Amino acid sequence: MFAFPLLSIVTFAPLVGALIILLFVRGDDADAQKNVRWGALFATVGTFLLSLVVWARFEYGTHDLQMVENVEWIGAGINYSMAVDGISLPLVLLTTFLMPLCILASWESIKTRVKEYMIAFLLMETLMIGVFCAQDLLLFYLFFEAGLIPMFLIIGIWGGGRRVYASFKFFLYTLLGSVLMLLAILWIYFDAGTTSIPVLTANAVDPDKAIPAGIQTWLWLAFFASFAVKMPMWPVHTWLPDAHVEAPTAGSVILAGVLLKMGGYGFIRFSLPMFPIASADFAPLIFGMSVIAIIYTSLVALVQEDMKKLIAYSSVAHMGFVTIGLFTFNVQGLEGAMFVMLAHGLIAGALFLCVGVVYDRLHTREIARYGGLAKNMPRFAFIFMLMTMASVGLPGTGGFVGEFLVIVGAFAANTWVALLMTTGVILGAAYALWLYRRVVFGKLEKDDLKALTDLTPREIMIFAPIAVAVIWLGVYPSSFLDIMEPSIVYLVDHHNAALALDPAALPSAAGTVDAAKH
Amino acid sequence: MHDFAIAFPEIFLAVASMALLMVGVFQKPGSSSGLVSWLGVFALGITLILVLSDEGRSVSFAGLFVVDSFARFAKVLILIGSAAALVMSQGFIKREGMDRFEYPVLILIATLGMLMMVSANDLISLYMGIELQSLPLYVLAAFKRDSTRTTEAGLKYFVLGALSSGMLLYGCSMIYGFTGATTFGDIANTLQGQEKASIGLIIGIVFLSAGLAFKVSAVPFHMWTPDVYEGAPSPVTAFFATAPKVAAIALFLRAMLEPFGGMEADWRQIIWLISVLSMLLGAFAAIGQRNIKRLMAYSSIGHVGYALVGLAAANAEGVRGVLVYLTIYLVMNIGTFACILAMRRRDRMVESIDDLRGLAKTHKGMALALTIFMFSLAGVPPLAGFFGKLYVFMAAINAGLYYLAIIGVLASVVGAFYYIRIIKIMYFDEPSEPLSLPIGKELGFLMTVSALLVALFFIIPGELVNVAAGAADSLFP
Repeated sequence: MFAFPLLSIVTFAPLVGALIILLFVRGDDADAQKNVRWGALFATVGTFLLSLVVWARFEYGTHDLQMVENVEWIGAGINYSMAVDGISLPLVLLTTFLMPLCILASWESIKTRVKEYMIAFLLMETLMIGVFCAQDLLLFYLFFEAGLIPMFLIIGIWGGGRRVYASFKFFLYTLLGSVLMLLAILWIYFDAGTTSIPVLTANAVDPDKAIPAGIQTWLWLAFFASFAVKMPMWPVHTWLPDAHVEAPTAGSVILAGVLLKMGGYGFIRFSLPMFPIASADFAPLIFGMSVIAIIYTSLVALVQEDMKKLIAYSSVAHMGFVTIGLFTFNVQGLEGAMFVMLAHGLIAGALFLCVGVVYDRLHTREIARYGGLAKNMPRFAFIFMLMTMASVGLPGTGGFVGEFLVIVGAFAANTWVALLMTTGVILGAAYALWLYRRVVFGKLEKDDLKALTDLTPREIMIFAPIAVAVIWLGVYPSSFLDIMEPSIVYLVDHHNAALALDPAALPSAAGTVDAAKH
Repeated sequence: MHDFAIAFPEIFLAVASMALLMVGVFQKPGSSSGLVSWLGVFALGITLILVLSDEGRSVSFAGLFVVDSFARFAKVLILIGSAAALVMSQGFIKREGMDRFEYPVLILIATLGMLMMVSANDLISLYMGIELQSLPLYVLAAFKRDSTRTTEAGLKYFVLGALSSGMLLYGCSMIYGFTGATTFGDIANTLQGQEKASIGLIIGIVFLSAGLAFKVSAVPFHMWTPDVYEGAPSPVTAFFATAPKVAAIALFLRAMLEPFGGMEADWRQIIWLISVLSMLLGAFAAIGQRNIKRLMAYSSIGHVGYALVGLAAANAEGVRGVLVYLTIYLVMNIGTFACILAMRRRDRMVESIDDLRGLAKTHKGMALALTIFMFSLAGVPPLAGFFGKLYVFMAAINAGLYYLAIIGVLASVVGAFYYIRIIKIMYFDEPSEPLSLPIGKELGFLMTVSALLVALFFIIPGELVNVAAGAADSLFP
């Protein structure tokens, strides 16, 4: 343990960058814009390097929270407390890794209000890292909700034609989901007298302090409302295609790459360990909703005519894998879920970037407008193929490992679920490959397509790190599985221990029920 | 025994306002009200220092007047609100032909009434405080006397205000009739040990709370608010939305909790209902508004609903929540109204929210400040407005009022729609004819300070909460 507040520095480094840009860059001419872009790139790359320091100092083989910081904040059991463990570290790395690429992807496509754009992104990065590091429920909620503000502005200001509709839908949907979680947090606070996540997690296996099963159900549902919207799970997924389609390319990357992972992270950090009985009770519901999500949204993806919308629906389907993996309550399923989140963050991000490449050139996302790009954009065709294959789950890419583990875990939990979700894999191959065929293969007939140029060096710089990472995840998954394993094994043991408690011995819920009658 | 010293801030303010009246009278005819206004701000500042220099709890004037930390907390808010309103009015009253020295003097007298209200410890002094506050407000609402809209607002406010005073008095007389006391402490003593409150007393409480609900503009007694807010001159509206609201809610808390604290089961349902109705009406009715002052009127109705959630909880946490809420609400409203007062085009006020179109391109700073206020009013973390809601809902959950809390948070999502629509108009839409520059030193200062307070509150929320908790405890000896 060291007193050096490394996590806070990683979290707030982008914010410092944003403040410097806000205070020191004046004007809106070409020079100022250039300074803003380089400043933002510098801040995000610096944050990424700092997060690598976190990784280097991370101790393997233990589920304990590491690099703990505790500072008195509101008082009365609510503190500023940050830490990472095997579950949060990979997601922090994912965030810091994607951010510089987002800045690069916006280098030329964003021409208006560059300063505000970069500030919004840097603010977003601080909030996303904060979500994964926070070890206090209220602090988590603060980071979680505050992210709505910059994302609302990103979609609304720099988005496409129906941006107003999409941004409002995004904002109100997510807000509606999370306010109920806030009430549940307050209830927990009065029950336990603290909002410290490690303490609350430990309470769940303490027969004197565990939350009674009847109350767990309500609390679980309140948290579920928030995370299911964020995930997003069928049937509350409809904000996602709209938000994705209208957001600027980098906004879509952040949405698909990181924001969706907050839902999965919420389940694994709160719902499973704090409300184990309710989680076990609701597992069939989750399975049902996820299976519907996988099959239904895959079918919907098949008929999309807009590239971004297709990828958005495929994200919903992939998130279905995550939720199934989470609620299998076995090590393979949970590791698989985490791994799918990581891999999907990279792959979906890269796919959105691929769409961004052609969109920047032709300013349309209609699939029918394209065809035969393999002839004049071979490098693009290669990258796009790699990412399509990874999305399908080709062995050797990151997409395979996670899906495989989730299916293994699902077989152990429920054979029917596993069977149905494999049909989703087949459908996934169908829509992804068909998209690829329609865009890249075929005859190059249209004149404006013939004029398209291949990837520029800047674009290669964006795709190369992602391609390397996707293959790394697929070829040597242990480097990430080793980070997660102790935490996940601990989580599964914790879950089983909590279920083994005698329900009749738990504290009575009578007082609470009386109070509810008002 | 009469201990005049504890009323020293009020006495000073009374003398100061009369002195300023003299200053105004002996000024050269036709000279500006600027001198009187700034002297008024100065007098409010001195009063603030006097308020803060006292401590502990003391009662005087035969139990009519009480000073405790709850009263001091509310008085500080009221004085800040009044001073901000005076500062904000400067430019406006000169431009719009309202430049008369009576304006600042009336604000001071109304403030004196508010200080009386929060220190009232008896049904008689409660009524005196309310009337002393209301009469100057009626005049202020109609201050621009050659405008029909304004005089209509003033008249409406007067008639409905008189009606509510009548209900209040009726309630007071019922309470006196059934308990034989007017002092809050004596009423509480009489009620102690009674198993069931008499029906007459309950009717009295109903009328009393109806009258008070009128003053805080809670549904179903809210009808005057949108018309008065829209019709009154903008700085007067800003004043209405800040200091008097704080005073009325503080009075509401004391008048319900001190005498009737032991029988909250009998009146909680009343507060529950008006709180829910206010939150819902504030959220839904504001959606259709095009005039920003009218929109802020509905917004204030909604916010009163949230504050009343804390009263419905009827415990020290609830009062703490309300005080935190009022503080934050005051700052947000001062900032928002500073922005509204800066909405000028060719030196005329404009009030439609469409006039803000594209503000982010023409007035970056003001757009940013207004964005902060709107997100904060919507209750989005990490801005201050979130903490206000957090503490009242915390009290509601602690008191077991789950349905109230659930309805409240759902209403806040509906409310978020119209707040973010203003942001959409400023940021997503293309500019129409730009508003005029500059926005003025006073308004710029108020905007900046409030925006910084609202945006950075999350860093050290503990201080305010602790002070509010101390103030709340003084209501529960």
